[in-house]
Amino acid sequence: MNKILLIIEREYMSRVKKKSFIVLTILVPLLFIGMFAFIGYLAVKGDELGDEKRVQVIDETGSFTGKLQNTSSITYVYTQDRFADARNTFRDKGYNFLLHIPPESSPAPVELLSDKKPSATTIEAIESGLSHIAEAERLRAAGIDTAVLAKAQKRIDIKAKQITEAGEKDAQTYTAYAVGFLSAFLIYMCLFIYGTQVMRGVIEEKVSRIVEVIISSVRPFQLMLGKIIGVGLVGLTQFVLWIVISVVLSMAGGTFMAGKAKHRMEQTMPAKAQEQMQQVQQMQTPDNSMAQIMESIESIPVVYTLSCFLFYFLFGYLLYSAIFAAVGSAVDNETETQQFMLPITLPIIFTFALAQSFIINNPDSSLSVWLSMIPFTSPIAMMIRIPFGVPAWQLALSMLLLVLGFVGTTWVASRIYRVGILMYGKKASYKELAKWFMYRD
Amino acid sequence: MISIRNIVKQYAGYRALSDVSLEVETGTVFGLLGPNGAGKTSLIRIINQITAPDSGEVYFNGERLGRHHVERIGYMPEERGLYKKMEIGEQILYLAQLKGLSRSEAIRRTKYWFEKLEIQAWWNKKIEELSKGMQQKAQFVATVLHEPDLLILDEPFSGFDPVNAEIIKNEILELNRKGATIIFSTHRMESVEELCDSIALLNKSHKLLDGKVRQIKDSFRNGTYTLEYEGARVNAGADAPFDVVSEETPDSRHRLTLQMKPGTAPNDALRYMLPLAAITHFEEKVPTMNEIFISTVNKMSGHE
Repeated sequence: MNKILLIIEREYMSRVKKKSFIVLTILVPLLFIGMFAFIGYLAVKGDELGDEKRVQVIDETGSFTGKLQNTSSITYVYTQDRFADARNTFRDKGYNFLLHIPPESSPAPVELLSDKKPSATTIEAIESGLSHIAEAERLRAAGIDTAVLAKAQKRIDIKAKQITEAGEKDAQTYTAYAVGFLSAFLIYMCLFIYGTQVMRGVIEEKVSRIVEVIISSVRPFQLMLGKIIGVGLVGLTQFVLWIVISVVLSMAGGTFMAGKAKHRMEQTMPAKAQEQMQQVQQMQTPDNSMAQIMESIESIPVVYTLSCFLFYFLFGYLLYSAIFAAVGSAVDNETETQQFMLPITLPIIFTFALAQSFIINNPDSSLSVWLSMIPFTSPIAMMIRIPFGVPAWQLALSMLLLVLGFVGTTWVASRIYRVGILMYGKKASYKELAKWFMYRD
Repeated sequence: MISIRNIVKQYAGYRALSDVSLEVETGTVFGLLGPNGAGKTSLIRIINQITAPDSGEVYFNGERLGRHHVERIGYMPEERGLYKKMEIGEQILYLAQLKGLSRSEAIRRTKYWFEKLEIQAWWNKKIEELSKGMQQKAQFVATVLHEPDLLILDEPFSGFDPVNAEIIKNEILELNRKGATIIFSTHRMESVEELCDSIALLNKSHKLLDGKVRQIKDSFRNGTYTLEYEGARVNAGADAPFDVVSEETPDSRHRLTLQMKPGTAPNDALRYMLPLAAITHFEEKVPTMNEIFISTVNKMSGHE
């Protein structure tokens, strides 16, 4: 037992002290937050960031003149010039586009001229602007009041409620989506990242031949288990650090940004814009307020979800890394691992692909239930289902099967491992692995 | 020290050891000799409990070999290896702790050995930054640090340059004087012949012979001598107490290889030659382990 602790300590310390570990631990949250911040920034300010497009409009029908709404990126300027002339001059006058609306009697289509290809969003914006005006025009011609129509076209939001013994509660389907997907994705990533680390460690020991020295002191099984646990702890450490760094960074960043934005707003915003802001704020309350997001986050049973996540992360990792260790023991270098990798990676990738498309939309279908029971697929499949609610007996059975699966896989893997680490220079086949498994102790 | 009884080890395609029995006495230097593929490494791995025999038993000081014995054995495999990215000092401490030493004791002993082998300046260097000879010294320290009663060295001098090989050889012999039992395993029989008290010859999974080196050599004496003399060539006649097996004249001296006739003693050869030539050298031609091995293999295959 004491020796396993020594092995765990070495495996852990030698990895945690590496520069790559430290860099990755700090960099990943920074990258993630940076990425999200950038996407958010683009979403908010995309229009402003885009170059301003000036459109010269020749309206021969007369019904559009002055009605196209300028946006932050598109400015319409109307002209009485003849199309044939404007066509040659609009660029020199500083316009990017020339919009030609022929008279209604003409069979010619509405044309948008430019020397570069217009972007899809620009075309769409102009098209929808024109369509709206034309539609309103025709409705008015038919004697329908557009104000009445606008009122009639109200968008309906469904509020999903789940009936539980405690009464109704908000179903929070989207939150369940996000939590399920995120946790399944994390497990999926970790199986690969840390499983591969275990495999590399085994290959390193085999290639450097130190393995023979070590197993003259400890049993191969102790070495394998020590390595798996050591690397697993590295994974947990990295996780915890990621979470801590992310939380600290986003809190610090949030405070900083909010303060700055407010400051700038007060300084520069003209009275009219402030009025607009108030309108916007009014529109947002109460439906989309921050309070609702918070409520939604609070609706997740944090302790329950987190403990399930830790359980499936841990045992999923243990199960797969035992196989990764066996694969590492069967080869002489990393390039040879290819032939054995497919049967390992296939169930993981398969489950994850299904998880995103099928399980998340049908968490209680029989396929989903089955996948969340089989030890090789349950870590990912079950984590998708948990936020949607899983019967206790299913969860218990799935966990039991996973533990049994782990014990069984580790037993098989260790029997292959103990022979494999001493086999140099021979390319192993599946048949040989089976033979190794059968060897006596 | 070690008693090996009727060990059989079968691998998928071939038999590594067929009914091998050996005795290694406490405090001796034992040579496990044989060509590549004879089964030496398989046997060593069984003593180290890295693999288990299909049948047969191993006894350590009269006790059935068990897990607790690993701390009393030091093993240096033929394929040397240490963690390339790990600092040499840490690495030796780690391996010593796996053998059951406390950390503080391991540090004390490692310092002692590093100073003795003059590698103390390398404590914080990674293995990959060291020269081959330096790595070998570190490996040797890792093998002996826990002061094992039994030291098993597989091809101990391969990879060492002559100077370092001599240093290591002396260290090994010193450990032996302090009471450690040594098992050398090698296919280069001439390299350990002079060091060993006893040997066993393995070939193709079978033990050919074993015993004290002196006794084995005595039993392979065949009355052959080398005699060198200066001066004019002597033509040994039929009255000589020996037959000339071969005769050569590499420089001004003549060298004869003699086979004594039955019922004669080496002194008869000298008595015969003294009046005829100036003798500069006379020596019994003792068969080398290599010759003993070859003649034994030939004898065995002749029987089959």
